[in-house]
Amino acid sequence: MDSGSRISRRDFMKLATLGAGSLSLIAGCAPKHPPGRRVLSDDDAGLLGAIADRIIPPDEWPGGRENGVVSFIDRQLDGPYRRFRGDYRRGLDAMTGTCLEKHRKRFESLSAEKQTRLLGEMESGGLRDGGWKEGFSKRFFEMVRSHAMQAYYGSPRHGGNPDYASYRMMGIDYPPILGQNRYRF
Amino acid sequence: MKNTHVNAVVVGAGAGGGVVAKELSTAGLSVVLFERGDWVSFEDHDNDELLSQRTTVLGNAFGPDDDRYRRVLVSEDGSTGIVYPSDGAYSNVAACVGSGTVSYGAMAWRYMAEDFRMKSTYGPVGGSTLEDWPVSYDDLEHCYEKAEWEIGVAGDSSLNPFAAPRKKPYPMPPFSYNREASMLESAMKRMGLHPFPIPMLRNSVPYAGRPACARRRTCCGFACPVNAKCGTHNTVIPAALSTGNCELRTRCVVGGLIIDASGRITGVEYFDGDNTKQEQTADIIVVAASATETPRLLLNSTSKHFPSGVGNRYDWVGRNLQGHAYTGAFGLFEEDIFDDVGPGATLAVSDFSHHNPGIVGGGILANEFTRLPYLFSNIRPPGSPMWGEEHKEFQRKYFRRNIQVVGPIQEMPFFDSRVQVDPSVRDSWGIPVVRLSGRRHPKDAEGCEFLSGKAEMILKEAGASRTWRHVPGSGLSGGQHQAGTCRMGDDPHTSVTDRFGRVHDTPNVFVSDASLHVTNGGFNPALTIMALGYRVGEYIAGEWQKGNRFK
Ligand SMILES: Cc1cc2nc3c(=O)[nH]c(=O)nc-3n(C[C@H](O)[C@H](O)[C@H](O)COP(=O)(O)OP(=O)(O)OC[C@H]3O[C@@H](n4cnc5c(N)ncnc54)[C@H](O)[C@@H]3O)c2cc1C
Ligand code: SF4
Repeated sequence: MDSGSRISRRDFMKLATLGAGSLSLIAGCAPKHPPGRRVLSDDDAGLLGAIADRIIPPDEWPGGRENGVVSFIDRQLDGPYRRFRGDYRRGLDAMTGTCLEKHRKRFESLSAEKQTRLLGEMESGGLRDGGWKEGFSKRFFEMVRSHAMQAYYGSPRHGGNPDYASYRMMGIDYPPILGQNRYRF
Repeated sequence: MKNTHVNAVVVGAGAGGGVVAKELSTAGLSVVLFERGDWVSFEDHDNDELLSQRTTVLGNAFGPDDDRYRRVLVSEDGSTGIVYPSDGAYSNVAACVGSGTVSYGAMAWRYMAEDFRMKSTYGPVGGSTLEDWPVSYDDLEHCYEKAEWEIGVAGDSSLNPFAAPRKKPYPMPPFSYNREASMLESAMKRMGLHPFPIPMLRNSVPYAGRPACARRRTCCGFACPVNAKCGTHNTVIPAALSTGNCELRTRCVVGGLIIDASGRITGVEYFDGDNTKQEQTADIIVVAASATETPRLLLNSTSKHFPSGVGNRYDWVGRNLQGHAYTGAFGLFEEDIFDDVGPGATLAVSDFSHHNPGIVGGGILANEFTRLPYLFSNIRPPGSPMWGEEHKEFQRKYFRRNIQVVGPIQEMPFFDSRVQVDPSVRDSWGIPVVRLSGRRHPKDAEGCEFLSGKAEMILKEAGASRTWRHVPGSGLSGGQHQAGTCRMGDDPHTSVTDRFGRVHDTPNVFVSDASLHVTNGGFNPALTIMALGYRVGEYIAGEWQKGNRFK
C-alpha cells in the first residue's frame, strides 16, 4: 500500500507549511503505517487523537482518543471515506503548520486550553492563511468533528466505541433484548 | 435468449409497484416486476445507526450504493455538483424489494378530503402550481381500506375528530403510548387538542401470519428483526408471486422504454444482474420507480414521436418535485422520560392539518422516532457548543430527558423544482442520471413557522424546562417523501397522466408511485401511494377483463 516516493519529515513539514498539502495520505508521505492501521501514520494518529480528546474530552468516561476515534477514521478512510483522504492530508498538515508557526510546537504538545482555542478558531473559520484558504478550516473542523461523533457514538463494528462505552455512559442498555422494554413500566 | 412476452411489466418493487404487481397478477395478467435492488433483511443490516436508511453517513443500508449511482445537483446559486446516495441532497428513498417500506417508520396516514382539493379549499397561491387532484378522497376511500387490510395497519381513528370518514375500522388495535407520549397526551388535552395513537403499518397483534411488534428503538431506518413491520416486501409482493403469474427480477436496472417505429411503447430495456442488456416486451408498462427515478425513465425514453421523452409533450414530466418541510421543536426536561419503548413515535394530533389562519394546509404533529446516540449528538439548543465538555455532558444528561415533536408541512408545488436528466453525467450502466434543481416555495416557511410554534407550545405545556424550534431551509425538497413529478390531471396540457395514472399520449403506459401526487398532503405519503397503486391496478385489471388490450 505504501508505494511511491518517500520524503523526509523535514521536507514534508516544509511542504505542509507552504500549503502544499495535497498529497494523498497513501502516496508515501507517511513514513510507515503501524500494524493495525490502514491509512494514517503515527504522526497523523497522534494529532488526530489529540483533536479527538478536545472534541470529546476524557472525564469519568473515555475521551475521543481512548474510545476509538482514530481507528474509526483510519478504517473509514480505507472505505466509504476514501473521498476525504485529500482533505485529511491537507487539514492535518495545515494544523501542524499553524501550530509550529504560532507556538513552535506541534498541536499534540500544546496545553488543552491552547488546543481548544485553536480548534475554536478553526470552527469559526478564523484561520485563513496557508493551507486554510477558501474557508477550509471551518470545513475541515466540521468534518473531523462529525467523524469523531460517529466514532464515539456509533457501532463498535466500524472501529470506534469499543464495548459500546458511549451507550453505557448515556444509560442505554446494549444489546437491547427484544421485547424486554414492553414490560418495564 | 429472448424473454417471453408478458401482459405487463412493472418497473420498481416499492410501495406503488408492489401493489400494482399484486393487483394485476391476481387478476390473471402475466407480470414481470423489475427491481434494481435485491431482497434484504435484518440479517444484512441490523441496528447499526451509521449504516441505516435514516443516518446514511456510511451508506444506505437498503440501497442504492455510492459506487454505481450518482446524481447532479444544481445549487441555488446555479453551480452544479455530483451527489451520491449517502448525501442527503441525493434525495433517496431506497433500492431493494419493498424499497422504503422495508425500513420506513411505517406511519400509515390517509390524507384528508381537503388534501385532494387544495386549490378549491384555499384558492390559487401565487408562484405555485397548486391544483386539485382529479380524484377525490371518496374515490380513494376503498383503496385506502384495501391497503390497510392487505398490508396491515394498527390504529384507532375514533380518537381523531379530523380523520376523513371511513367505512371500516383498522384491522389491528392501536399501539399503546410510550412514556413521552403519555406526557404529551395530557398536555395536549389541557390545551384542548385531540391526541390519538399514530396509525402504523406494523403489527400490534399477530396479523397475516406474522408476529406482533417487539417495540425496538431501531425501527425507522431499519429492517424489522421479527417481521412485524408491514411493507410491500412481506405482503403484496409475496401474494403476487404466489399467484404463479408474477416473476420478480431483482438486480435489474431498467434504462428506458422501447418505442417502435409507429410510436407504440412495446416494453423496456434493462441491464440484468450481470450487466447484460436485455429487453422485455409487454402489452402494458407500469412505471413505479419513485418520484425521482420515474421521470428520469420517461425523459430518457425518446424517439421521433416523443422527442423530449414519453409523456413530456408539454414539459410537465419531472416538474413540481415536492417532499415535506419537516418542522417542529425540541424540549428538555429535568426528569427521565426515555423508556426505550420503540419505535418512539406513538401519538399525534391532526388539529393543525387544515384551516389554520393565514396558512395554506398545515400538517400533523407527532412525537418523533427514537433519536439514536449519533443523531442526538447533533441536537443542541441554538448557541450551544457542538463539541467539548459541555457537549458530552449534555449528551449523557439529556438523552433520556428530551422530547421532539415534529410534523410534515404540506408544501406548495413549485414548477421550477424539478427532475431532469443530466446532459453529460451517467451512472455505471451509462444511463443519463437525474439532475435536481429548484427550491421551496416561500409559503412553506410560513407553514413551518406556524407548526413549529405549535410544537413548542405543546412541549412547554408538557413541562419542558427549555424548548427550541427547528425549521428547514429554503432549498430543494424531495427526499424520502418525494412526490409530484408526474402529476395526474384531466388536462394533458398541465399534467402527465390521466386520473387512472395512464400517461397522456400513450394507450398503455402507466405511472403508479408518488410521482402521481398533485399535492403531498400534510402527512407521510406511503399509504396514499399504496392506495393509488390499488386504484391504478384495479383500473388496468378491470379494463383487461373487459377485453381492453390498451392498443
Ligand atoms: C427511513 C424512511 C422512513 C420513512 N418513513 C415513512 C413513514 O413513516 N410513513 C410514510 O408514509 N412514509 C415513510 N417513508 C417514505 C416511503 O417509504 C416512500 O414514500 C415510499 O416508499 C415511496 O413509494 P414509491 O412507490 O413512490 O417509490 P419507492 O417505494 O421508492 O419504489 C421505487 C422502487 O423502484 C426501484 N427502481 C427505481 N429505478 C429503477 C430502475 N430504473 N429499474 C428497476 N427498479 C428501479 C427502486 O429501487 C425502488 O425499489 C419513509 C422512507 C424512509 C426511507
Ligand atoms: S419496532 Fe416493531 S415493527 Fe419496528 S423494527 Fe422493531 S419489532 Fe419491527
